[in-house]
Amino acid sequence: MSQETIIIGLAGVLASASPLIFAVIGETLSERAGVINLSMNGTILLSAMGGFAVAYNTDNIILGFLAGMLIGALVALIVAFASITLQQSQVAVGFVLALTCRDLAYFLGNDYMGVPGPRLQAAPIPVLGDIPILGPLFFRHDVITYISFIAIFLAWLWIFRTRPGLMLQGIGEKPAAAYIRGANVNLMRYVYTIVGGALIGLTGPAFSLATRAGWMGTISGLDGFGWIALSITIFGGWNPVRGAFGAYLFAFLQWLGLVLQPVLTQVPSQVLQVAPFPLMILTLLLVNIGNAEWVERTLAAMPESARKIFSKILRAMRASPPAALGVPFEPD
Amino acid sequence: MNVELKNIHKHFGTVYANKGINLNIPAGTIQGILGENGAGKSTLMKILSGFIQADPGGEIILDGSPVIIHSPADAIHDGIGMLHQDPLDFPPMRILDNFLLGQSGGLFPNRNAVALDFKRLADQFDFSLDPDSYVDALTVGERQQLEIIRLLWMGARVLILDEPTTGISSLQKAKLFATLKILAEQGKTIIFVSHKLEDVEHLCHQVAVLRAGEMVGETRTPYVTSKLVEMMFGKAITLGARQPGEAGDVVISMKDISLEDVRLRIKNVNLDIRAGEVIGLAGMEGSGQGMFIRACAGLVRPVGGRIQLKGQDLTGKTYHTFKRAGVNFLPAARLEEGLVPGLSLTDHFVLAEEPKGLFIDHAAGQKLAEERIRSFNIRGAPHSPVESLSGGNQQRAELALLQSPLSLVLLEHPTRGLDIESVIYIWSKLKERCKQGASIIFISSDLEEVLQYSDRVLVFFSGKVSEPLDAGRTTVEELGQLIGGKGWADMGEAHD
Amino acid sequence: MIKNRLGNLAYQLVALLLAFGVVSLILISVDASPSEAYKNIFKGSFGEMRKFAEVLVAFVPLLLVTAGLLVTFSSGLWNIGVEGQVVLGAIATTWVYRLLLESGLPPVAIITLAILGGMVGGAIWAALAGILKVFGGVNEIFGGLGLNFVATALTIYLIFGPWKRPGVASMSGTVPFPDEFSLPLWAGLRISPWALVIALAGVVFVYFLLQGTYFGLRLKAVGKNFRAAYLLGIPTWQYSMYSFLICGALAGAAGAVQVAAVYHRLIPSISSGYGYLGLMVAMLINYQALWAVPVALFFAALNIGSIQLPIIMKLDSSLSGVLQGVLVLFVLLAAGVRQKFGRKS
Repeated sequence: MSQETIIIGLAGVLASASPLIFAVIGETLSERAGVINLSMNGTILLSAMGGFAVAYNTDNIILGFLAGMLIGALVALIVAFASITLQQSQVAVGFVLALTCRDLAYFLGNDYMGVPGPRLQAAPIPVLGDIPILGPLFFRHDVITYISFIAIFLAWLWIFRTRPGLMLQGIGEKPAAAYIRGANVNLMRYVYTIVGGALIGLTGPAFSLATRAGWMGTISGLDGFGWIALSITIFGGWNPVRGAFGAYLFAFLQWLGLVLQPVLTQVPSQVLQVAPFPLMILTLLLVNIGNAEWVERTLAAMPESARKIFSKILRAMRASPPAALGVPFEPD
Repeated sequence: MNVELKNIHKHFGTVYANKGINLNIPAGTIQGILGENGAGKSTLMKILSGFIQADPGGEIILDGSPVIIHSPADAIHDGIGMLHQDPLDFPPMRILDNFLLGQSGGLFPNRNAVALDFKRLADQFDFSLDPDSYVDALTVGERQQLEIIRLLWMGARVLILDEPTTGISSLQKAKLFATLKILAEQGKTIIFVSHKLEDVEHLCHQVAVLRAGEMVGETRTPYVTSKLVEMMFGKAITLGARQPGEAGDVVISMKDISLEDVRLRIKNVNLDIRAGEVIGLAGMEGSGQGMFIRACAGLVRPVGGRIQLKGQDLTGKTYHTFKRAGVNFLPAARLEEGLVPGLSLTDHFVLAEEPKGLFIDHAAGQKLAEERIRSFNIRGAPHSPVESLSGGNQQRAELALLQSPLSLVLLEHPTRGLDIESVIYIWSKLKERCKQGASIIFISSDLEEVLQYSDRVLVFFSGKVSEPLDAGRTTVEELGQLIGGKGWADMGEAHD
Repeated sequence: MIKNRLGNLAYQLVALLLAFGVVSLILISVDASPSEAYKNIFKGSFGEMRKFAEVLVAFVPLLLVTAGLLVTFSSGLWNIGVEGQVVLGAIATTWVYRLLLESGLPPVAIITLAILGGMVGGAIWAALAGILKVFGGVNEIFGGLGLNFVATALTIYLIFGPWKRPGVASMSGTVPFPDEFSLPLWAGLRISPWALVIALAGVVFVYFLLQGTYFGLRLKAVGKNFRAAYLLGIPTWQYSMYSFLICGALAGAAGAVQVAAVYHRLIPSISSGYGYLGLMVAMLINYQALWAVPVALFFAALNIGSIQLPIIMKLDSSLSGVLQGVLVLFVLLAAGVRQKFGRKS
């Protein structure tokens, strides 16, 4: 394989991961505030369809993206209302919405099946795009891919470097402590769930108006990406940069599956295609095993020196979700 | 700052947590608030710090002007900062982030400037805290230090500390006290909430004692310990004459038991308990007795030592093995750990029985439930969901669930929150078990109860365990002092 | 108590009306007549015997999955991996068929073994999610989702790899087995009475398991309060595993029936989403086994009835999913509103 092919392939990986990145960042924001938005898989499909339909009818791509974000925000509003105000199970409501929005997308999208529509064009950046290797890799994408790069940075900056971002961490970690520091916990949870939902809603148009332009109904191949994004959020330890890395890794493994197919004929392509999933399960296992009761008992039975070492290892591996994830908060 | 509380009431349901409290604290004073668990200290402080609101009618006056505090944010705005018993900080985050979280200002905090402020404050009190390390690596004492300088930095002129000496080392305590004295000299008002006599006597300029939600007395240094103890625990209602049990053979034998969790270490406890004997565990909450009783049940695995029950080695076994060997544990949190909300009394009694065949005989279950309800005097029907029962009746239901025969019953706060009639009833049932040869270990924060029903008492203080005391020859006052951490030097701990 | 139930019913009735209202608005928004759509769905499901038989074909796996999920929900588990457990049931059934077709055993024995094999396959897949949960601390939702993807990939791998049709592999699945190895069908219809028997047996089994046995009571105790159940002496983690195994076996039976009675081979989308739909049914019936039969039948009828929509009204058949989802959503919201505001009055 020539160097050029590899660079084009890797550039393709960066571009094809961009929709996932929005979903992962959106979910990260929502979960950081303490709300699991399990509706993601449906939201992505509905916003893909809705974004495409709006862009097609108005012939305006930007309106398409905005429509996707609006759809995501509205679905998130339902999740927020049910979980924050009504204190219902976030999992149940999110799951129902995941299925309902998917079917709604297929239903409403019937008329747009296979219709040729607008598509975001590549917009190489002058000068930067001409740098050898880095140019084709980073600077010859479409606008939404550039935005995904910026979004990773901004989300990281917001969560870890700004004042409101610190409070966001606090709200999901220990709402009572955030409350005594002046936060209106439930209002903030609404805001972040809806903003997160809007970002998740950007994922759909990023598919249907860019990387996989068009709407193909059930054969769009978009069903499942929401669940993938959910796993990547955990894989990323609720950090946008690590999450983005997870998304790139996922896209890379899928690309690798395609590339290696002619080489490794005895390994069916389907195996390589799903390789990310067992890896994901394994990662979840590693970061969670320290929480199991038998591990604690086994530790207590060890001699002191071994106990200290193993506790440290388990602690280091553990990716802790925001401590108040899924837990309603009432000030009194 | 001058702090004045006038006529503060607070009720939860029908229970008054605070009843007509009046308090006046001049600036520069270290004010002690003394009282046992549940006396209403925390409620009062939460009202002052805006966490909860008092019932209408009361007043909070700061430097002569009445204020209304709706939230903790209001409180800190008015210059009142509170250090909670469980530090309300963010363990997975860095110290510096914890420090500046909640401070108002621009989008991007100036970390370097904040770090300088942090350093300056930390140095002033001789705290060695690295702003870049994570809070979950700190001890409780260090987390307090962080919270103190954070509150001062936020402009606190009144500092409330809720049980600050629980779970910190004596060195850290000395440093904390030194800090508080400096702050008082600077004119800050310090409110020190504690149940530890020694700490309060050592530190505070004046002390107010709360009992059952009411202010029962105020006094200034020098203190008379016996008077403080009397105010704290009050005159007890009589529970009748003590009836020491007759001890039989050794049932459970613990050798060199060592336990540890994140906060506490208990080392090398030795204890033999005889059939029919009742052991009371006294100590303020979180002193190690909870961990100890759970180790007796096999729920916590000791890191060292051996446990034998009637000659059978149970070291390292799980609760279910302990249970099969005749050990039953009744936790304090009845609806969280003891009973299953959503299931009826009948369901519970059926669950506690050995299954007979595959299918439940509903008629037999109903009969069983009726019988138990009658013999344990439970006010409730067989089909009543357990969460619909009153606390006393839930406790009776738990007793009715104990298996038979039984070697050892472990109880956490068996009578907490119950009326006197239920207390007497429950103990009569437990003593019946003793007559049948069972031993009992129980935790209670009611010292009268501990002395009344125990044969021997173990006192816990910050992970230290006393020699077993003869309950018949110990007074409430002596016990109160030990619980408050006084008089340990005279008696020595049980080994180590 | 009776007043309570009536109140509950009132809230659910309101939820039902709201759901139909919302879906009607959606239909109007695409210039379709709601009444005509509902009429067509009804005609497409109950209009003639042949169509009703199709409803039953969908009803069987849905009921089996729902029955299984009632068990996992009882023990407090969100077994989202049920979808993959259906798939593994189908795979295992196909595997047993491939193994025994040439063995000379009588068809009855082969069919029985194939279905049992499917149940074991589903149970094994569920056990994986259970082990991840119990010993690895991995939430069953994430473990289950991951396993679902792996199961789907496994199906495609088998169809295009080791089990591919002679000549060229295709999305149409593996080689169909001869008709005599299928569960016997009713003459002229696609529904097998035996499949119905299996499904009803499954739900009756679960009903009695949860209502009448020590096992069921213990399971419920584990689900409602894990900690207290442990202190009452119930081997809690074993019961979590049992409930995974039972649900997996029932889901596996659903997959087995899909192979043995409907498709006669392994196809890529063998589970048809019945696992996820079963989760919806279980939520809608508030986890009460008795309601599983009518509600699963209703959902199956919506699914089959809406197949007519693209042909007659040029509407997508996913309308059924929208209606089902909106209905469950409103029931959940109504429960929340009731808990929050009903308590005060």
